[in-house]
Amino acid sequence: MSSATDMFGAALAVVGVLFFLAGTLGLLRFPDIYTRIHALTKADNLGLGLICLGAAVQSGSLMTALKLLLIWILVLVAAATGASLIAQTAHGRGIPPWTRQE
Amino acid sequence: MAVFDLILGLLLVILVRKCLSITDMFGAVISFMAFGLLMAVAWVRLEAPDIALAEAAIGSGLTGALLFSTLGRLPHSETRQPLVPRGSGSGPGYWLVTGFWWAAAMVLIATFVFSFQELQTPGLGGPLQERLAESGVLNPVTAVLLNFRSLDTLMEIAVLLAAVVVAWSMGYVDWPARQTIPSPLLPGVVRLLTPVFLLVAFSLLWRGSHAPGGAFPGGAVLAASGILLLLSGMTVQISPRGMSWLRWVLSAGLLVFVLAGVSLMAAGFGFLVYPEQWAGNLILLIEASAGVSIGAMLLALYVGGEPDMAPSQPNNPVSRPQ
Amino acid sequence: MTGYYLILAVVILAMAFHGLMVRANLLRKLMALNIFTSAVFLFLVTLARMAEPLDPIPHAMVLTGIVVTVSTTAVGLALLVRLYRRSGSLTLDSSNDD
Repeated sequence: MSSATDMFGAALAVVGVLFFLAGTLGLLRFPDIYTRIHALTKADNLGLGLICLGAAVQSGSLMTALKLLLIWILVLVAAATGASLIAQTAHGRGIPPWTRQE
Repeated sequence: MAVFDLILGLLLVILVRKCLSITDMFGAVISFMAFGLLMAVAWVRLEAPDIALAEAAIGSGLTGALLFSTLGRLPHSETRQPLVPRGSGSGPGYWLVTGFWWAAAMVLIATFVFSFQELQTPGLGGPLQERLAESGVLNPVTAVLLNFRSLDTLMEIAVLLAAVVVAWSMGYVDWPARQTIPSPLLPGVVRLLTPVFLLVAFSLLWRGSHAPGGAFPGGAVLAASGILLLLSGMTVQISPRGMSWLRWVLSAGLLVFVLAGVSLMAAGFGFLVYPEQWAGNLILLIEASAGVSIGAMLLALYVGGEPDMAPSQPNNPVSRPQ
Repeated sequence: MTGYYLILAVVILAMAFHGLMVRANLLRKLMALNIFTSAVFLFLVTLARMAEPLDPIPHAMVLTGIVVTVSTTAVGLALLVRLYRRSGSLTLDSSNDD
């Protein structure tokens, strides 16, 4: 029983790490600041949520699960605010969004 | 897990290299903050959660904020200086000296590799565990900081206060100017998060007696909350009366600490020697006042000088080069 | 594992010392100083980890050290801003200004 939940939690964490990998790939490969922020905040927030979920499943206690949920919500708020501020500052400085050069 | 440590160490070394040799100063500060966060992970690996908290909050977060606020006070061209001025950084003298200390470091490493088994380790963990019950708290690090070696902590708060005094004695700064906020998002989020910050700060303070936490991380979280408030455009007009209150808040930690020590001495126990039945409460009192003071002092260090009380153009703050 | 962290601490220490000596920019020197202290702390805590049982006294010392480091950095930065306003340079070498 406990090993099954352990495995499930570990699987969730691994999937979360995959999302982080995808976000990092986007950060490294995308052409401009707006698309990079897009990749980072979307993928990493989902990845962190999955890792928190995995940790909550593994811990098996409601209190820890609630704390992990709180951590996730706080990181979501901070990441969304930070991303929006960076994008708005970049836009305000006149950095044009990337468009495909044909 | 050895692979994890290996990657962590490699990343730390890469970040140090980046921080010290990238031309862009902004990037260097970012690397420095990333280094601090990864150091926090290293502290967790070395079973030192108290230090991990302090490193993440003070070592990386607040030092980063200090560095950024300094960068903001310098003109933009200064942040992209060439690393090595012309004429230095080459020549036989440079390589002789550099080679000497690198060789010394390598010899040191080799010595460790061959003899670290016989290295003397500090061994006071056992005696500390035995006497932990006398200290009034359950967390051994807090017990050392605020009971067994409380004189060190007293001096540390004094050092912090001295830093504030030095910063203030270098003249007035204009209160961080109201910046043009691109959207109402940041003030809104900060309004939402400030109660959470306060809750976390005081929970860290309270937890210090039985778990990692305590006055220093708590104070750092308080200061971070203040910095966010300043960044989101909050301005306060400090009256002379408010200023004298501010001075009291800044020195409260040290004053309560010294008063506790002296009154214990008058009661016949000796300076900062707590009687066993009061120890827990005394530590809590000292820690609470120290935490609030530390928050105020770190915030004062971020502002960077004595805030200017002069009511000069309150609605037209001086814009500073970003 | 602890031996590995000791070596890591010495490597970071050497790199930070190199930066502290070679870089002319004072802001960079302050960052190098911070990294230097981190490396010293890493060494101390690794030694504490090697002790049996775990020795929390170096932990308390390092906590004190972190706060002293941030005080030093803050004073250094305040001095640096004053120096820049007075001399227009971030280095101490007045003859070699770029």
